Amino acid sequence: MAEAQMKISDEVAIEIKNMNKWYGTFHVLRDIDLTVQRGERIVICGPSGSGKSTLIRCINALEEHQAGQITVDGTLLSSDLKNIDTIRKEVGMCFQHFNLFPHLTILENLTLAPIWVRKTPKKEAEETAMHYLGKVKIPDQANKYPGQLSGGQQQRVAIARSLCMKPRIMLFDEPTSALDPEMIKEVLDTMIELAEEGMTMLCVTHEMGFARQVANRVIFMDAGQIVEQNEPEEFFNNPKSERTQLFLSQILGH
Amino acid sequence: MSDKNSQSVSYVRETFLEQSPPPLKEAGVVKWMRENLFSGWANSLLTIVAIYFVVNIIIDVWPWFANGVWNTKSLAECREILQGANAACFSVLQERGNQMLFGIAYPADQYWRPTLGFVLLFIAAGPVLFNKLPKQMLYFSAAYPFLAFWLIWGGTILTPIMIALGLIAGYYAFTNVERLKGFALGVVAGVAAATVCVWLGGFISGALPGLIALEVIPSRDMGGFMLNMILGTICVSLSLPLGILLALGRQSDLPIIKGICVVFIEFIRGVPLITLLFVASVVLAYFFPPGTNLDLILRVIIMITMFSAAYIAEVIRGGLAALPRGQYEAGDSLGLDYAQNMRLIILPQALKISIPGIVNVAVGLFKDTTLVSVISMFDLVGAIRGPILGSTDWTGVYWEAFGFAALLFFVICYGISQYSQWLERQLRTDHR
Ligand SMILES: Nc1ncnc2c1ncn2[C@@H]1O[C@H](COP(=O)(O)OP(=O)(O)OP(=O)(O)O)[C@@H](O)[C@H]1O
Ligand SMILES: [Mg+2]
Repeated sequence: MAEAQMKISDEVAIEIKNMNKWYGTFHVLRDIDLTVQRGERIVICGPSGSGKSTLIRCINALEEHQAGQITVDGTLLSSDLKNIDTIRKEVGMCFQHFNLFPHLTILENLTLAPIWVRKTPKKEAEETAMHYLGKVKIPDQANKYPGQLSGGQQQRVAIARSLCMKPRIMLFDEPTSALDPEMIKEVLDTMIELAEEGMTMLCVTHEMGFARQVANRVIFMDAGQIVEQNEPEEFFNNPKSERTQLFLSQILGH
Repeated sequence: MSDKNSQSVSYVRETFLEQSPPPLKEAGVVKWMRENLFSGWANSLLTIVAIYFVVNIIIDVWPWFANGVWNTKSLAECREILQGANAACFSVLQERGNQMLFGIAYPADQYWRPTLGFVLLFIAAGPVLFNKLPKQMLYFSAAYPFLAFWLIWGGTILTPIMIALGLIAGYYAFTNVERLKGFALGVVAGVAAATVCVWLGGFISGALPGLIALEVIPSRDMGGFMLNMILGTICVSLSLPLGILLALGRQSDLPIIKGICVVFIEFIRGVPLITLLFVASVVLAYFFPPGTNLDLILRVIIMITMFSAAYIAEVIRGGLAALPRGQYEAGDSLGLDYAQNMRLIILPQALKISIPGIVNVAVGLFKDTTLVSVISMFDLVGAIRGPILGSTDWTGVYWEAFGFAALLFFVICYGISQYSQWLERQLRTDHR
């Protein structure tokens, strides 16, 4: 592994302080404190319903938090639309169900946001798009529609689509859990490559092999709280809390 | 196959197998008939009964149609010629056809104007409906409403030009102010600029009423199928954008906007169109300051537009609801703002889903324009029912006159329906 490239700087990329969120009266996230340095690769795991998706969706304001502070790249996330727009431009996101735009070709999917949000000239945007399609190894599909691609290809297109906005932070919400086993690897390979290039990444995933290989920190969440966080080796070999042990024995046990 | 390839690859197929044709499922008429018409005794029976009915209808109608009389001055003359034979008296179309098309009062020497307007309509609609046509033609489409207004209503060409200039001024004011001061102030500035320009333009066109002028024809002289076409075209093209706005407003997070849209849609949908038309013809006058005499056609257009916009809004809301939430979130997470998200991602998909519903409303609206005959406007049906059947010469030519009306409406509606099916096929990209 290219350890040299996977350097973590002292610069703070995301700072979450004492964040709380409710869905109606249901308290989903409790007192979340989390600081992410630039270049960190963080894997978030935990049982279903523990609030993992909600946490990373708060970071790019897809969900609103009700208490506490989130600062992304020095911009404080508030209800101010300007700040939200600034943050979304810097933060890319990949979803479990890819969420490609079915009415646009792959190339149009990739160039849409650069053209309209970044005001990149069309030609330049298409060159960038082809560059990233090359990186995710499907440049020959540029003129097809999403519906004509396999799941793994679609997820790689989705990653490329986010990358075209040249984000400084990438969020992944279970990017492989809607995929057939033989397609998971191709998506994980893309993500590993991205990590090696020094992208700051927050990944909700249950791919523990991926966590061991690229993560520098694993976070375990349960019932809306961060229960434990540690380096992957420590985390998997010496889980401290009982809940973590139980969770790990369940997902690694079989 | 290139030489280079065949050297580096150990085996390269040089000749291709001849393509064999796909198996013939529909070999021969007999097989087709056996499979589709006579598969089983119940189907055979139904086929025979259906053929019996169709043949009977044709036997009855064909001579009526073929032996029709075309050149008489009245129904009485027709009957004399026919001597009790079963045949149509199409002379009414010969004699009164122009009235059915243009209305009773539209001056005959000016018929060329709406006709030209009708022909130009197809040129203007072309680039809007078919995106393969050159984009420059859209300029003509944009100018068409003003041109058509001038052709049909007449007067100096300055009037529509001033209105167009006013709208352009309003648009510029809107875009410039919106960028600096936000959407709401932009709208205010746009409306203000447009109003001022149109008002000032009124003086100019008022001062030169004769410049490139056509004979002025008042709205009350509009009639016949022309009136149906005017109402149908204007109302469909206005109610689609209005319906989109209402549908988006109904989904909005802003309670006041949402409330207004919900009340508007529910109220309009709860009231029969006839009621709205009566309101337009009689009651609406009370709402305007005395002396202002809002054109009757304009009032009717407002009512029909509101009516169909409410329905279109509900159709589009269905389309919006059918989109997965992930589509909104993907646009958001890429940094698109609300307007971009709607225009580039949500609406193209929602409208595509809504095409059958929208076309349904559009066709219904077009046929409903005949309801204006109840507020004594002489559209196609009104003209036939009133002045034409009411005249002593032509009382009783129901089949011929109404058949003609049905044919005209059918051609247009069938055209719309065919277009929409073609459009759906064009837009099918999801490959499900
Ligand atoms: N829009 C919503 N309204 C109300 N409750 C919600 C909403 N979204 C999620 N929840 C609840 O919040 C809790 C956390 O949801 P979240 O999606 O963050 O879980 P998760 O950890 O991502 O689980 P999974 O592994 O199943 O994806 C769950 O109990 C869920 O039922
Ligand atoms: Mg989740």
